[in-house]
Amino acid sequence: MKLLEINHLRKNFGELAVLKDISLSVEEGEVVSIIGPSGSGKSTLLRCATMLETMDGGDLVYMGETAAAGDPCIYAPKKQLKKIKKCFGLVFQSFHLFPHYTVMKNIIDAPVSVEKVSKKEAQERALKLLKQLGLEDKADSYPHQLSGGQQQRVSIARALALQPKILFFDEPTSALDPELTIEVLKVIKELAKEHMTMIIVTHEMQFAKEVSDRIIFMEQGVIQEQGTPEEIFASENSRVREFIGKMNT
Amino acid sequence: MVSMISQLAQGFVLTAEVFALTLIFAMPLGMIIAFGRMSKNVILRTFVKAYISIMRGTPLMLQILVVYFGPFYVFDIKMGTGYRFPAVIIAFVINYAAYFAEIYRAGIESIPLGQYEAAEVLGYSKSQTFFKIILPQVIKRVLPPVTNETITLVKDTSLAFTISLAEMFTVAKQIGAAQTSIMPLMAAGVFYYVFNLLVATVMEFIEKKLSYYR
Ligand SMILES: Nc1ncnc2c1ncn2[C@@H]1O[C@H](COP(=O)(O)OP(=O)(O)OP(=O)(O)O)[C@@H](O)[C@H]1O
Ligand SMILES: [Mg+2]
Repeated sequence: MKLLEINHLRKNFGELAVLKDISLSVEEGEVVSIIGPSGSGKSTLLRCATMLETMDGGDLVYMGETAAAGDPCIYAPKKQLKKIKKCFGLVFQSFHLFPHYTVMKNIIDAPVSVEKVSKKEAQERALKLLKQLGLEDKADSYPHQLSGGQQQRVSIARALALQPKILFFDEPTSALDPELTIEVLKVIKELAKEHMTMIIVTHEMQFAKEVSDRIIFMEQGVIQEQGTPEEIFASENSRVREFIGKMNT
Repeated sequence: MVSMISQLAQGFVLTAEVFALTLIFAMPLGMIIAFGRMSKNVILRTFVKAYISIMRGTPLMLQILVVYFGPFYVFDIKMGTGYRFPAVIIAFVINYAAYFAEIYRAGIESIPLGQYEAAEVLGYSKSQTFFKIILPQVIKRVLPPVTNETITLVKDTSLAFTISLAEMFTVAKQIGAAQTSIMPLMAAGVFYYVFNLLVATVMEFIEKKLSYYR
């Protein structure tokens, strides 16, 4: 089943055309990595898909429900958008955990106060997630007491607690040391094994190769090339080759 | 000596009332003004900005006089001496709310955008985001400057003497003049000092309570 469909997405910041005619669809269970040079619009694409940024033109459809369509783009009524937003979660590069909440509260607060899940059920779910992510002893800690890698895993747990259909990651390990990067990537790989649908912006080429069903190479606001990791890593396209070569050294 | 203390104590009650009422009204009003200051509406924002600028740019003493005499000189309305106390409270509240508003605004603007975005993606409504995520962090951040303002407020209450409201300082001056003695003023000084010590202790306690996170 198609979970996400983006057609002819166009986005400008003032005069600057940051995204030009991006089309992309993601099947249930698929893991898609987005790579490309700095400033190519990867973050902006995720921010448009997660509605943190409004698109100027194009369609945004989650599970057959239209969030936005047309050029210029018209968004669905608020109520429908609210429902559509439940389809996805987003993990940020710099975590954005709530510093005044414990790890447990960070994870259960949205399910309890937004989704109206009972506190008991939310806690049970959270404990399961914490265990799965290797954080079972951190439930009562505050974010500032955790390492960056632990914080990022908490933020993944926080997103998963709402049981999204798709999870977006924007450079989830860019703020981390190499060792901490490994523990976060391990968690994402495990999610991939469980067929969690994920769209991951990353600069970790080896990781992208291992985890992805498909890799998208973006440059200057367009999708230059996409394909299986094998196809991308063996690409004839000189831009792709150059980029991957640079990233691997 | 005993009568001096008891007279001062009466003045102190009034001082404490001015202090408490100013805080009770100015702190929430400051939040509303801060929102006006950050409003997307240009007219509202400019108006509030001008208001804050005037409140911070002119002496509180002058503002007390304007609030007290304004009704008479501008509208020709005679207010009795009973208006003294309300006039002082109004002047203090509108003045301190302006200061608090700027403190709150700085506090709100210092919260990283990522906190709003994380909350938005998690599905929090605008008001949930503000009250659950943003406000608690703002309170922690504004506590030190709010403590400073509060200590200044204790000392500023003496400005009520401008319109002869018999708060502690006014009383101390009167007794001092009658007895040609510095003692009453010294005693008043002790009162202010102990009051501020108390304020500082309370605020420190709250700061400690909120130090469980960074
Ligand atoms: N809010 C904004 N206002 C103006 N320009 C912006 C804004 N956000 C991004 N841009 C510009 O849009 C372009 C794409 O930015 P984006 O952050 O999407 O790139 P990216 O591919 O994620 O890069 P990186 O790998 O460095 O994260 C850049 O030129 C950037 O300067
Ligand atoms: Mg980016």
